[in-house]
Amino acid sequence: MKNDHRARNHPAYWAFLVHRVSGVALTLFLPLHFWALGNALQGEARLESFLRWADQPLVKFAEWVLVLLLAAHMAGGVRLLMLEFLDWRDWQKTLLAGAAGVSIAVALLFLLNLT
Amino acid sequence: MNSGASSVRTQVLLWGAQRVSAALLALCVVVHLITIIYAVRNGLSAAEILGRTRGSFAWGAFYALFVAAVAVHAPIGMRNIFAEMGLRGRGVDMLLVVLAVLLALWGLRAVWAVVG
Amino acid sequence: MVFSAKPPRLRASAVKGLTFMTTLKVKIWRGTESGQFQTYDVPRLESQTVLDVVTYVQRRLDPSLAYRFACRVGVCGSCAMTVNGVSRWTCRTHVDKVAAGDTLEIAPLRNLPVIRDLATDMTEFFDKWAKARGRFTGAHTRKDDFATVKPESKERKRVDAGIECIGCGVCYSACEVVTWKPDYLGPAALNRAWTLANDVRDVAQQERLAAVAGDAGCHACHTHLNCTERCPKGISPTAGIAGLKRLVLKAAMKGEL
Repeated sequence: MKNDHRARNHPAYWAFLVHRVSGVALTLFLPLHFWALGNALQGEARLESFLRWADQPLVKFAEWVLVLLLAAHMAGGVRLLMLEFLDWRDWQKTLLAGAAGVSIAVALLFLLNLT
Repeated sequence: MNSGASSVRTQVLLWGAQRVSAALLALCVVVHLITIIYAVRNGLSAAEILGRTRGSFAWGAFYALFVAAVAVHAPIGMRNIFAEMGLRGRGVDMLLVVLAVLLALWGLRAVWAVVG
Repeated sequence: MVFSAKPPRLRASAVKGLTFMTTLKVKIWRGTESGQFQTYDVPRLESQTVLDVVTYVQRRLDPSLAYRFACRVGVCGSCAMTVNGVSRWTCRTHVDKVAAGDTLEIAPLRNLPVIRDLATDMTEFFDKWAKARGRFTGAHTRKDDFATVKPESKERKRVDAGIECIGCGVCYSACEVVTWKPDYLGPAALNRAWTLANDVRDVAQQERLAAVAGDAGCHACHTHLNCTERCPKGISPTAGIAGLKRLVLKAAMKGEL
């Protein structure tokens, strides 16, 4: 028999879910990101027209989500590296709070600078 | 513990490669996030982006390293996910090597586009 | 106006200890891998453990209920079950702590084949301890003097942190990676391997590191911390597994694997 959500309902598992979902999303996004930058091969004007297309609110919102995911994957990843490579005992929950804090701070900064 | 076509040593080194690339990526992502937040202040423009990167060896080297690290990191992560869905073995590993190479080439093309 | 903050059952218990209070609705798994929950009414008592509840059902309501226990005080590690979705020792879990309202759901441990009702087949679990090279191999004979291991040494402290495991299977049942990769050695076996990897008297280190390496060994761990969260002994198998990951990586880089 398998576990259900009740067994997984604790912060470290939520952190895992965030890490996995953000990892997959970023992997899928990368080829698009590289394609977008590749527009510059056909000159500055081409890249500029792509950027103006990307000014739409929906695209901006998607960008904000991606920045949040990137920050979360980075902060969560640093947490994992510390858990795996340092001799640790009691501070794993503090680390988790730190990682969450960093991700949210980055996302907010991005949002503030957008407007 | 051999579970699939790859040797145990390869599996361990893949795990290590993912951690080393993760450490590199953590540094790259910090720089990237700072750049993003700085760049969007007055709205993105192609002139501003290319003004920063065109002909810059430092940005070129940085982004090339960034692309290389992510081309190592992401496929190993996908390999874990596939394995946990029951997809493992030589076929999956080969496919992921091909994807890693394609991702690296596609990424380097983008670096060339903004730096070259 | 003064309202009593106490729920009615506590008022009843104030009369005298072990007073009948309310009735628990207890859902207990019946069958093997396929089966269903059956509901029993069990009188709720003060200081009642989940194991008391199971025992009441088997002694008073349905003698055909299969379950496993021995010591009843958290020493033997045989009474672990899934209580309201979470793996626990039933003997050290008070009903008050886990009962949602007046209901309890008791199921067998996860990730192990169910023999019948609440009893699982733990063969695979213990076989993995052997696979992880979980036995001590020394080089001393009876003619040699005792080995000296300083209590304050780094190795001894690491052993201390993991040595209290009694093999109850709670961590194995809680582990998500075991579910995803049935050949994964699991937290208990790897925790055992870690305590031996830090035993300075052991002479089978290289062999053990090879046994716990790779995709079905320590490197499959995702640091979900399910095991650490649920271990009734307060052990963190995750910490030990992380230690093994580093030792094995070092060995692999030196070509010793």
